[in-house]
Amino acid sequence: MSKARQLADLGNVYDDGALSNRNRIINGAMVIDQRNGGSSVAFTSAAYKLDRWVGAVGTATGTTIQRSTTSATGFSNSALITIGTGASPVAGAVNRIYQVIEGYNISDFAWGTASASAITLSFWVRSSVTGTFSGALYGASTIQSYPFTYTISAANTFEQKTIIISGPTTGTWNSTNGAGVYVNFDLGSGSTFKTSAGSWTTGTYIGVTGSTNLCETTGATFYLTGVQLECSDTATPFEHRSYGDELARCQRYYFSSDEADSLLLSFGDVTSGDSTYFTILHPTTMRTGPTITLSNESHSGFDGITVFRNYATRWAGYDVATSTGRGYFQFEYVADAEL
Amino acid sequence: MNITSAQYIQSEMDNNPTAVKAVIEGSTVFVPLDPANRHYSEIMRQVEAGTLTIQEAE
Repeated sequence: MSKARQLADLGNVYDDGALSNRNRIINGAMVIDQRNGGSSVAFTSAAYKLDRWVGAVGTATGTTIQRSTTSATGFSNSALITIGTGASPVAGAVNRIYQVIEGYNISDFAWGTASASAITLSFWVRSSVTGTFSGALYGASTIQSYPFTYTISAANTFEQKTIIISGPTTGTWNSTNGAGVYVNFDLGSGSTFKTSAGSWTTGTYIGVTGSTNLCETTGATFYLTGVQLECSDTATPFEHRSYGDELARCQRYYFSSDEADSLLLSFGDVTSGDSTYFTILHPTTMRTGPTITLSNESHSGFDGITVFRNYATRWAGYDVATSTGRGYFQFEYVADAEL
Repeated sequence: MNITSAQYIQSEMDNNPTAVKAVIEGSTVFVPLDPANRHYSEIMRQVEAGTLTIQEAE
């Protein structure tokens, strides 16, 4: 691409209102993996894996996902999906990787109005299988989908793809802390969830009829990175953010205390029957009150922690002493406010 | 979402339930009474469907 073209594109983005914070996808470079730290894990039932990325390929048993260090030039990581035992999807099968963008982060799109902005989805993809692949965007508050296709031309080679999508002028789109828009990359969903490409259509769709079903090929690989969705009708270079910035964005939805030693919260003389109360602040304000999961909990002289208040900014718990004298309790925890 | 038990949590500081202790996908979790929380939303969906009952706080 020439410098003149790059400057023209940048000027276009400026006209659209954003030179920074362009990318509405969080962890688009697949750098943050709080749950699994780069380990390969099962990808056969719907669950969050790399931060902010969720999905599964239930049709192909033994399918895995991991944060890979194989990536496109200029990137350190990608999400690698490896198909286990290939199989054809039944009509109602849902096989995909996707991210749900919070409503606040698309509120400037003006979707559902005559002024709806176009968006551009760009990403780097590599697969051992070539062909026409597909994906789709759909809304949470309104049942409208925009299916799209892209072609992987060369096997085992990273290629950048760009999809320009007109803004939907109808429907209701969440603009607060609920689900705004789902960004799906199809990996072989069934016919129920596939339709024609290239326009907003009523219904919830994940891909395009006739597109490649990656889940059918045993051992197939699919790498995805550099995912960017911007409020513009032009793709710009990927917006690399600092690790700390990206981690903080992820922690709005999920936080793992993840230290080698459990957090010692109380140590001292206690009286049997008394409760020790505590409050822990989240590192960043979360999307909503999170679900708290405790781990590595141990205690002496206490009966076990109860979490009784979960807010977007903090959570609180208590532990009741079961004996009089020296006592302690300690734990690790996860706070989950994913969409 | 596989939810096998649910019970309201009420501390000695509160007169009303403030959370739900549930077993979801085999893990014990503490869920806020917040409709924007996906776990609480699913708990209430299953309660309305008649497939789950939230036990009273102890």
